[in-house]
Amino acid sequence: MHAIEKILARASGKTEVSAGEIVTAEVDVAEVNDLYLQVVQSFYELGGMKVKFPDRTTFVFDHYSPAPTIKAADNHRKMRQFCRTMGIDALFDIGKGVCHQVLIEHGYVSPGSLIVETDSHTTTLGALGAFGTGVGATDMALILRNGSLWFRVPEVMKIVIDGEPGPGVMAKDLILHIIGTLKQDCAIYKCVEFTGSTVSALPVEERLVLCNMSVEMGAKTAYIQPDEKTWDYLAQFGVRQARRIVTTDPDFRYQEEYHFDARTIGPSLALPGSVDNLAPVQEAEGIHVDQVFIGTCTGGRLNDIATAARILQGKKVAKGTRLVIIPASEEVFRQALARGYVQTLLDSGAVFSTPGCGPCLGAHEGVIASGETCLTTSSRNFPGRMGSNDARIYVVSPATAAASALTGTITDPRQALPS
Amino acid sequence: MKIQASTIYRFGNNIDTDQIYPGRYLELTDHAEIGRHAMEGADPDFPRRFRKGGIIVAGSNFGCGSSREHAVITLKNIGVSAVLAKSFARIFYRNCINLALPAVMIPELDSFGLQEGQLADLDLAEGILTSGDRTFRFVPLPRDILELIEKGGVFALYK
Repeated sequence: MHAIEKILARASGKTEVSAGEIVTAEVDVAEVNDLYLQVVQSFYELGGMKVKFPDRTTFVFDHYSPAPTIKAADNHRKMRQFCRTMGIDALFDIGKGVCHQVLIEHGYVSPGSLIVETDSHTTTLGALGAFGTGVGATDMALILRNGSLWFRVPEVMKIVIDGEPGPGVMAKDLILHIIGTLKQDCAIYKCVEFTGSTVSALPVEERLVLCNMSVEMGAKTAYIQPDEKTWDYLAQFGVRQARRIVTTDPDFRYQEEYHFDARTIGPSLALPGSVDNLAPVQEAEGIHVDQVFIGTCTGGRLNDIATAARILQGKKVAKGTRLVIIPASEEVFRQALARGYVQTLLDSGAVFSTPGCGPCLGAHEGVIASGETCLTTSSRNFPGRMGSNDARIYVVSPATAAASALTGTITDPRQALPS
Repeated sequence: MKIQASTIYRFGNNIDTDQIYPGRYLELTDHAEIGRHAMEGADPDFPRRFRKGGIIVAGSNFGCGSSREHAVITLKNIGVSAVLAKSFARIFYRNCINLALPAVMIPELDSFGLQEGQLADLDLAEGILTSGDRTFRFVPLPRDILELIEKGGVFALYK
């Protein structure tokens, strides 16, 4: 069996499961975000009286945080009320950060766990050896009511990345290249496992980016086998034990396998409209940029902000370009402050906003106007995603974002790297 | 389960949930209100020109992107009777089953040559689509899923 099959087997009380099988699995950690008052509505519609496992249930206010409208404020109020009524203590209210990062930092994510959130980017957690997957509101209401949900055991696709990435190349460039090559529907309903010497060498924060964006290939979940780096990373959040140590059996057969050579991948971007519209950054150089956004569960971690600070240190954001930075969590914000990155970036002309999802989904804190061009370190550039349907969104790495903020045009980060 | 004389609305590949239901309306929670913005991200005119009971016919990976259940709620509440696509994104597909919106995966859908505005009859249990004098066959949804949809979705299991 594959490690993720072992996780589903354990959670469904079976000794063995295989791809295609439908199992009913008990969920170790459930998370509801503030897009989802519908969870509460569906819960009551399903005849829910009590949340089965209040201590395994978390709420994170991240998409509308702090509330930009009266309606959003009202949704928050009702969700707080629901948590009080149901005895759910783990309510991470406004400003704590994006749900996936918050769960990691508060010790909810350990290897071998089954974690379900009302957010498609829950695949992120696979970088820590957990089975993370997103669901809609009614599925989540069923989890709150029953403590479990049905899952189809996914096929596993293996992506091997070898070789040392060149200067200015981040995990974001690698995953944009992979999605652009395999296309955005290549992994529908599958688990995507990342492995290879490049993945082993990547810091955990960068591995999270790979798994985060696997949902943009259609993946149900993602996986990276935990190693010493994983444990060092988790230890800072007090996680020292796996729910159960799982490893893939040597005789496991992957459904598909793809190989990539990181040495051949340069700074990459997704051209407007679709995340698999792959192009080298060089090909788009010189295009004027109205707004640069560094943030989200994809590109708003400490490493991302540190990269931007290194590039913008002692320099100014170009006139005519706005740089909006939103740390992925309060913890990231505090560390960025402590290390001086926030000061550096403020001095360069950046604008900071409350930890959370920000303008990624076009809700608030920097939505873009008709005809504008935005560079974002988030994961999606669907038409209208960040505001006007007529805005152009390029998905880039934090290094490309910062280098482009400096010039006001799309810029290859290798030109801006401090020597 | 039969759907009759329904207008076909055509969409392409990778229609994501932001196109089905733009993020700027995500704070809405009233289902009738949510229904007023169906497909606005792909076609701002869709809510006005849509005729109740219509069938959406799309390419691959329909419903990709965000997990928002609003995407299914909006289609149901504007009156979409079924979505046919070459493939569906996973979360959207699960949401369709839960909320009783028939979402049928038909890999060979392109070969049917269905056009925008055509009328079609759909027999979901038998897997037959008829449009004009042409008849097409597809693998129907599993019977238990169809039954669940006929009963009104997952809520019916808990009544």
